[in-house]
Amino acid sequence: MSPEELLYAKTHEWVHVETDAAGAKIATVGLSAFAMEALTDLVYLDLPPVGREVKAEEPFGEIESVKAVSDLYSPVDGEVVAANAAAADDLEHLADDPYDAGWLVKIKVTDESGLAKLLDHAAYRKQCEEEG
Amino acid sequence: MADTPARTPLYDWHVAHGARMVDFAGWAMPVQYASIVEEHNATREAAGLTDISHMGRLRFEGPGAAVFLAETLTRRVADLGLGQIRYSLVTDEHGGILDDVLVGYYHNDYGQPFYVMVVNAGNREKIVGWIGAHLPPERAGRPRHEVVWSDLTPLWAMFAIQGPRSVELLQPLVDVDLAEMRYYKGAQVRLLHPAARRQGGIISRTGYTGEDGFELSIGADVAHDLWDVLIELGKPLGARATGIGCRDTLRLEAGMPLYGHELTEQINPFEAGLGFACHLVGYDFPGRDALLAIEKEPLGRTRIGLELTGRRAARQGATILVGDRPVGEVTSGTFSPTLQRPIAMGYVHPEASAPGTELVVDIRGRPHTARVVELPFYRRKKKGTKK
Repeated sequence: MSPEELLYAKTHEWVHVETDAAGAKIATVGLSAFAMEALTDLVYLDLPPVGREVKAEEPFGEIESVKAVSDLYSPVDGEVVAANAAAADDLEHLADDPYDAGWLVKIKVTDESGLAKLLDHAAYRKQCEEEG
Repeated sequence: MADTPARTPLYDWHVAHGARMVDFAGWAMPVQYASIVEEHNATREAAGLTDISHMGRLRFEGPGAAVFLAETLTRRVADLGLGQIRYSLVTDEHGGILDDVLVGYYHNDYGQPFYVMVVNAGNREKIVGWIGAHLPPERAGRPRHEVVWSDLTPLWAMFAIQGPRSVELLQPLVDVDLAEMRYYKGAQVRLLHPAARRQGGIISRTGYTGEDGFELSIGADVAHDLWDVLIELGKPLGARATGIGCRDTLRLEAGMPLYGHELTEQINPFEAGLGFACHLVGYDFPGRDALLAIEKEPLGRTRIGLELTGRRAARQGATILVGDRPVGEVTSGTFSPTLQRPIAMGYVHPEASAPGTELVVDIRGRPHTARVVELPFYRRKKKGTKK
């Protein structure tokens, strides 16, 4: 996926929303290249099981580097419908391809109003520049 | 702590080389240039060059200096021979640890003796205050017992050159035979490279990584040029600049305590396993009477090493349990780049401290199996040559 076409949470998760065959909104969530680069030396990724209810701006998992552990925040309210087990097994490559192979979870969105709070690419890039 | 972090003489170099800078004990320091793991491995396999100019360095001289230091530190230093360095502690009246320090005894170019005390950056102001309180002008100026002391920290840069190729890397720059310098020895040296502009420096075979290596103090005004020389000399050897991120993973593998983690004012030296650094007969120092009493009592807790399974690190503050009964707390932990498993240090009740004991660590609400192991986690293979 092209980073320019994604939405972003302030906490560095990217979101790509699609409508499935049944008409449900499915959000694919990953961690931005900026965040991956800031983390470096990844050692552990903890993702939620399928079926877990998640809430916007609340942790759904954890990612750990040699230096520190960070929470992963859900950008939306919903239910986890898939988790990327391959990403958790191959952390070295997670950072190489954060927008495709490096997706983390797919969430069936239950409240679409949360999507309005997300940043577009330009606004997110501005935030990253400010964070340095 | 100052609002704006202090900058070492290499600040511009760090930024220009892509370092991630953080505020560490009031100093803007490079955590890493690229990867903590790569910098860690470079130190274990070749050599790492770390800017440690944030470390506090206090200089003492005058006829009263030896006795003053002996009456300030937990360990004898009055008997140090020329070029000898000793690890010691500063304790408060209750025996709590105010800092852990290295004290070295040197002669300058004119044969005048002086001591250098290296203190932790985060404790420098506290120790400077402590010395001021225990060395009033009427004592410092007592005839024939004068003590003159100064805080050299802003004037002198300090580099750690650590790893198996440190001797090779550093030897061309100094006028002493480094292969002959023993561990915990040091010297005032002449720096041979033009970049040093005829200045001298202090070099010691000490470090905080578990590798062979040196620490070098040199004038802040020549630090940048000399650093450039070291970086260039190091390239063919596989040496590289390393940040304070890997300094932490290296010292943790080496089982070395870090102030603010394994050492605090609430921890006494015996709990920390640093009884060897306390000489309780001879000179009186603040905390000696308290430590004499503490030494006789059974320990309430003791410092241990833990190895965990899986890949999750137990971090500072994680609870250590036997079954579901809390017996202690983790003080430092990381995923060990050398051992490829999570390691941690912490304090537990002595009954849970024997190597091989199976414990549980609560990592963010989830129990993880851990096993007590002997410290250090990592010990370098020593060469057969004389040291």
